[in-house]
Amino acid sequence: MQNFSWREFIIPCLIKVSGYSAILFVGLIFLFLIHEGAPALVEIPVSTLFSIRWYPIESNFGILPLIGGTVVVTLGAAIFAIPLGLATAIYIAEIAPRWAREILKPLVEVLGGLPSVMLGFLGILVVTPFVRTTLDIPTGLTAFTGALILGAMAIPTIVSVAEDALDAVPRTYRQAALALGATEWQTIWRVTLPAARSGVLTAMMLGIGRAIGETMTVMMVTGNAPILPTGLGALFRPVRTMTATIAAEMGEVANGSVHYHALFLIGIILFLISLVINIAVASVVFRQRKRAERILS
Amino acid sequence: MSREITHKTIPTQEGLENKIVIENLNVSYSDGTESLRNVSLAIPNHAITVLFGPAGGGKSTLLRTINRLNDLADVVHLSGHIWLDGEDLLDPRIDVIALRRRVGMVFARPVVLPMTILQNMTYGLELAGIRSRDYMEKTVERSLRAAALWDEVRDRLKEPAVALSGGQQQRLCLARVLALEPEVILLDEPTSGLDPISTGKVEASLQELKQLYTIILVPHSIQQAARTADYAAFILNGQLIEYTRGKKIFVNPQEQRTEDYVEGRFG
Repeated sequence: MQNFSWREFIIPCLIKVSGYSAILFVGLIFLFLIHEGAPALVEIPVSTLFSIRWYPIESNFGILPLIGGTVVVTLGAAIFAIPLGLATAIYIAEIAPRWAREILKPLVEVLGGLPSVMLGFLGILVVTPFVRTTLDIPTGLTAFTGALILGAMAIPTIVSVAEDALDAVPRTYRQAALALGATEWQTIWRVTLPAARSGVLTAMMLGIGRAIGETMTVMMVTGNAPILPTGLGALFRPVRTMTATIAAEMGEVANGSVHYHALFLIGIILFLISLVINIAVASVVFRQRKRAERILS
Repeated sequence: MSREITHKTIPTQEGLENKIVIENLNVSYSDGTESLRNVSLAIPNHAITVLFGPAGGGKSTLLRTINRLNDLADVVHLSGHIWLDGEDLLDPRIDVIALRRRVGMVFARPVVLPMTILQNMTYGLELAGIRSRDYMEKTVERSLRAAALWDEVRDRLKEPAVALSGGQQQRLCLARVLALEPEVILLDEPTSGLDPISTGKVEASLQELKQLYTIILVPHSIQQAARTADYAAFILNGQLIEYTRGKKIFVNPQEQRTEDYVEGRFG
């Protein structure tokens, strides 16, 4: 009998199991979604599914307005959050004096941990009336309001991840650029940011991911009217996102009904969208890493 | 701003035109490490001046003060003057960016920027506001030749610079500095990460380059100091101990402490 150690056997096994279980769970979730949502594709005629009217009581299951709502709110949030988030990250990582950085970074992270319901409250009580009165529109519960709040939620994620990436760029890069006669700004723009590119990209995508999946706040501030957003004016009218639809209607739907299946179909679409975003990011990051590895070998 | 250098206490090399005159330079950091105490010396033009001594003695600080890269560090006290052609470059009103173009620097570890080889070469030129393609091409080739790198990279200028070997990267860093046509080149242990052959190439380039530039080198070994130095300054614990011709200081040092260090009795 060899010197057999149970510990050396069991611990790697446990680690392996927990590693594979993540894959297993994602697979199971997807299977479950398919199982519950796929019947909708049979039960609902394609022409109805791709119509612009979502009114389940009258068997109108047009998902286009919902997809449109999610896209508008998420894009709005991204346009608002990415520049601000990146600017904040650059400020914290590159420009702020040490004491300011030590206050700002934890503060931003606390902001990121804020429960979304609280931001929803803030949206209803402060932002919504503000939007209504300043823009002089009938209601402040609009896609624009949702984009603002979602952007505010995505910013901490973007700042935190992007700041880590910028901070990981070797100091020597900056010194080399400065020694070549670059100004501080030129160094940031041409050397530090490109060097941290993959991390910064991940930060953006995580921020967008956070915005796309957010439910509570959008339900509270976007007005929840399933109208297909067309043109720029739609930004200042109520919309309804896919997540808000699922959350609002799941509680009152009969198990196994057409409506029930339709909601799961929306879930599948959401799942696919976030999957595509993740794959897109991973492939960019992965391609860069592969290139770096090839170069280093 | 300019003035005659008549200070008697500044050690000067006889019969030479001085490019840089350092006068009573004091530098200290907030954490108390590696400071300079009352350092004065005159650095001649068109020669290699070597700053050597044990680690932590202030050599890098001195180099980084000359191109004001030390502005970024935690300096709590800075006094004295560094005259570059009679202009005090420690003056807060001086254009630091322009100064860094006149005083180029090569670091201990090669720092290629995350771009192609060509972009690494042209980046400094673009920053300096040069737009002429023709000028850029000529300058890139001339600088790469001067750094003994042209033949190795002429066909792969579009490749990422990180693909080069360590020695090639360091010569690229040197070439990048040369492209800016500086007046002074500071080298902080430029060959510490290189193999002997690459080291030899870099040293050979330096011997060529001193015809055109003022070179200040912190060597990574006494042997390198002895090989390359036209003039050598021994710096110990932030003080200038001895400063004379390279041939002399390594063969017949005047100071006991220099002799001890050169012969390997400490450090």
